[in-house]
Amino acid sequence: MGLREYATTEGGRAATLVAPPFLYALALLALPILAVVLFSFWTQDFMTVDTSFTLANYREILDKPIYTMLLGRSLMVSGIVTLVTVILAFPVAYYVSFHVQPSKKSLWLFLITIPFWTSYLIRVFLWKVILGYNGVINSGLVGAGIIDEPLSFILYNVNAVIITLAHAFAPFAILPIFVALEKIDRSLLEASQDLGESRVTTFFRVTLPLSMPGLVAAVLIVFIPTIGDYVTPELMGGAGGKLIANMIQTQFLQLNNAPLGAALALVAMVCVTAISLVFVGLNRRWLRGR
Amino acid sequence: MKKGRSLGTYAVLYLVFLYAPIVLLPLFAFNDATIIAFPLKGFTTQWFEALATNAALLQSLRNSLFIAVMTAIFATLLGMCAARAGAMAEFPGKKGIIGFVMLPLVLPEIIVAVSLLIVLRQVLGLNLNNWSVIAAHTLICTPFSIAILNGAFQNLDPSMEEAAMDLGESRWSAFRLVTLPLVMPGIISSMLIAFTISLDEFIIAFFLTGANPTMPVYIWGLLRFPAQLPVVMALGTILVTLSVVLLVIAEYFRRRGMARAGVKDTGGFL
Repeated sequence: MGLREYATTEGGRAATLVAPPFLYALALLALPILAVVLFSFWTQDFMTVDTSFTLANYREILDKPIYTMLLGRSLMVSGIVTLVTVILAFPVAYYVSFHVQPSKKSLWLFLITIPFWTSYLIRVFLWKVILGYNGVINSGLVGAGIIDEPLSFILYNVNAVIITLAHAFAPFAILPIFVALEKIDRSLLEASQDLGESRVTTFFRVTLPLSMPGLVAAVLIVFIPTIGDYVTPELMGGAGGKLIANMIQTQFLQLNNAPLGAALALVAMVCVTAISLVFVGLNRRWLRGR
Repeated sequence: MKKGRSLGTYAVLYLVFLYAPIVLLPLFAFNDATIIAFPLKGFTTQWFEALATNAALLQSLRNSLFIAVMTAIFATLLGMCAARAGAMAEFPGKKGIIGFVMLPLVLPEIIVAVSLLIVLRQVLGLNLNNWSVIAAHTLICTPFSIAILNGAFQNLDPSMEEAAMDLGESRWSAFRLVTLPLVMPGIISSMLIAFTISLDEFIIAFFLTGANPTMPVYIWGLLRFPAQLPVVMALGTILVTLSVVLLVIAEYFRRRGMARAGVKDTGGFL
């Protein structure tokens, strides 16, 4: 069958239709990432880029403790943010799926997603107002006479970064868990209780395992993007709370060292991908049949 | 249902946590003090008045609106192609191709920003302008458009379009006269969502913006000047109100689209 004939079949017309978005993603995502890979093996030579192949950028990342330290801190922050976000989100998703009337479910989801769509920069900045020296929490606690001196450990450090990111990514965690919980056949829970399991053991032996696909999706959808955020660490982290994305941004926009920045971005992405793959692999038995 | 009640209390507290920062916005936007802290001083509208006379801000707002409108159109067009193809017959590699187009949804934004910056500046040697931001925003908004439009296209009965063609319409006019009106609510919803994402996006815009910054990039600059902060609060109040209004409209059309396609609403944009 020739290409021209294939294009008139159902499958062929579908393939033709998908071509524009596919080519767009190819041109603006795949090829640019290929360029990043190339650049990471080149070096910045004052104003020009030296295009001879070298591992110098990667050697510098390994040798200078600042890069490995930032990378380690970033992975740790992303990991904690993911853990906190998913643990806090699960009961909310569970409540909406199991206890809210079906007609009110979309209203709840709508309320949960609204804060996510409002100006990210201003939302991050407002956490500064909440956690700051004269902020909501401190003036509240001092006013109530609980503490004498404003707390200083909640702003300009890693804690503040974690709180702010956990807030920003909350809806991302709730939605996939909710979808997985909705798919659970409710008669399975009844069967479990008919067979003598208590409500608690039913949760751990039936509900939780069946919601694992949603939990895994929630973990990935929070963990992967948080590594690329430089706004929150810049505004909330102070000197000791900077992350790898800040360094990538500095290399590109201030130090004009695109090759080193490219290598840093790739190393960060490879680490995140590797950790994600290991995580999915560990949870393989829960994801079977999906 | 005691268990349900304590879970319900937790869910409400969680909503309070989600909304806490946003509730503060109007408080400080109308507060008569240059310092963003408690206690509040008194009522004023001067920060809103200062907004209207700020020429640089209005210029950045115009840039952002232009970028957001263009992004909404392009992302929705690409999203319609992918969503319709997804609802049609199988072809080799279909899953992989659609998955690849959805990839920006889970990619760290800084990767998109960095890779496009390298291609535009270093490889092609182009100057950055609004169109470089539009290109990137279209890339990251297309997956959202596909997710919304999937709901509209997937549940469409193909026999309706076939009936139109049997009655003598061409393939294109059958699509235009039968399918398009049915998926129109999804299209409007997709455009509004893409518009909202683009208007608010900072991480990529900061890398790719040209000599004229977008509004979030301009706000980022303001955040460094304490005297400008109340103005930022006023601006934030307007933006939040605007996006809530847009989202309510988008949600209304999304639900109408679901009702038109005759499916049960599972809720949520994603």
